[in-house]
Amino acid sequence: MIVEANTVRFDSISLDSGATLAPVDVAYETYGRLNSSKSNAILVLHAFSGDAHAAGISHEKGKPGWWDNMIGPGKAFDTNRYFMICSNVLGGCRGTTGPGSVNPATGSPYAMSFPVITIGDMVRVQRMLMDWFGIRRLLSVTGGSMGGMQALEWAVSYPDRVVSAIPIACTTRHSAQQIAFNEVGRQAIMADPDWNEGNYYGGKPPARGLAVARMVGHITFMSDDSMREKFGRRLRGKEAFGFDFDVDFEVESYLRYRGSEFVNRFDANSYLYITKAMDYFDLTNGHGSLAAAFERAQARFLVISFSSDWLYPSYQSQEIVSALRARNCDVAYVELESNYGHDAFLVDVAEQTDLIRGFLASTVEKAA
Amino acid sequence: MSLQPARKQAFVRELLGRSDYAIIGDIVEPRTKVLDLGCGEGELLEWLAQNKGVEARGVEISSAKVQRAIARGVSVYQGDIDQGLADYPDQAFDYVILSQTLQETHRPRKVLGEMLRVGRRAIVAFPNFGHWRVRLSMLVSGGAPRTKLFPYEWYDSPNIHFLTVYDFENLAALEGLVVERRYFLAGHRKVTLAPNLLAEVAVFLVSAAD
Repeated sequence: MIVEANTVRFDSISLDSGATLAPVDVAYETYGRLNSSKSNAILVLHAFSGDAHAAGISHEKGKPGWWDNMIGPGKAFDTNRYFMICSNVLGGCRGTTGPGSVNPATGSPYAMSFPVITIGDMVRVQRMLMDWFGIRRLLSVTGGSMGGMQALEWAVSYPDRVVSAIPIACTTRHSAQQIAFNEVGRQAIMADPDWNEGNYYGGKPPARGLAVARMVGHITFMSDDSMREKFGRRLRGKEAFGFDFDVDFEVESYLRYRGSEFVNRFDANSYLYITKAMDYFDLTNGHGSLAAAFERAQARFLVISFSSDWLYPSYQSQEIVSALRARNCDVAYVELESNYGHDAFLVDVAEQTDLIRGFLASTVEKAA
Repeated sequence: MSLQPARKQAFVRELLGRSDYAIIGDIVEPRTKVLDLGCGEGELLEWLAQNKGVEARGVEISSAKVQRAIARGVSVYQGDIDQGLADYPDQAFDYVILSQTLQETHRPRKVLGEMLRVGRRAIVAFPNFGHWRVRLSMLVSGGAPRTKLFPYEWYDSPNIHFLTVYDFENLAALEGLVVERRYFLAGHRKVTLAPNLLAEVAVFLVSAAD
């Protein structure tokens, strides 16, 4: 399945901060076919560093999408049955307007003059995209991590437009620990002299800071078990310690590789803006409590967490489920056994496939 | 599906391989809200949803079973029924089912109370520890009884509270519960005489007194 990225431009959007952004470009991809009643659309919401290329092989680069093992003909999200849409989030750097985009008022990139955005703003842009498609109700909204937060935001902000939601490995609000890790990443970027108050476009990006931020991220995505399994204390290409500060251990090599690779595909300022949006996210905002937030929700929910995920621990998913049960909402929940930590939602495909396939089929049945 | 209206022998046919399910399937009124505690892989809930049009929910502790239940389209929550009902609002369900699980709960009395808080009626099915084979097994062997109904070694048994028909009736009276219907089964046969001695499985439909 060769797929192409598309972009649609909207005149403007009002943001939660009070600022207005104009215009807004949104990069998206679709897989499968929208049926005549437009009732088979599923919106896939990407995680922090993801993009609109969720599935298939990209036309330009020949790379598979980030959830390609879950989306396609006969897969969990069966493109023979469902019309899948994925768009790059607002503030991103993969085709949708973000701090690296050119501000039409000045002719140069926004950089730090880009307004601070929220998960709610991201979802508002997605709603505009759904309006543009003429899709009134989404059969499902789904995603892991930050994608799960957006799915929750959809179910609460646009209750009549969401038939079901599948939030995976996520939370209704970041804990101090999650904010702390994000802050370390931001500080690493801003401490890099090349960051230059965000004005590095056309010059040298803060590659060292961004790489360190990504290294920290990758540690939080894995688990003690998965790191032991993958690296242990194995040395990298040597029999004995080097007694210097070059790479000794496999794990160091892996993190350096991940860090430097990230620099080629991600904008440091987007890192700042998107992590801030995640930290600000609190589904109880304006509602008083989580149960009150779900008061309006009409969707049925499938909530999934992973046993070894310590970045978004199961208790956070259980809080979602508790609040939904208190409102007597239709909710299924399972904690899947996995060693892969937070990464499990991208890796543990087989178990998620059966769950999601069955959940979607019964959602279609109930909606009929 | 319905119970065989047999007069002489009173046979109960199986539902999903179980005669207590057949009774439960018969009790539950169409288009009601049903919560099944310890619902396993959700077979009964799926049957009730498809054949009675009920809104079906389940609680199950085993992750593997929850996965299979969700895969078959049933909304099941992975959790412990000893604690797991606290989230539900009062009277959220028409029926709360506890099938062959009461004897495995840590605090059966609390579970029963919670069932009747979140549901208008409770359907409780349990193996009768007062059955003559159990009594005989213990009398003869002098060890923890092992029968077709209670096949486990004492150290492997999931059953931690052994109750009889008589015990359940007493608890219901003590709690002031109204027993609306009671069914006693031995294999596929309905038991009418001396159920505490002859019934292998009992199914009670109870509600709270007003």
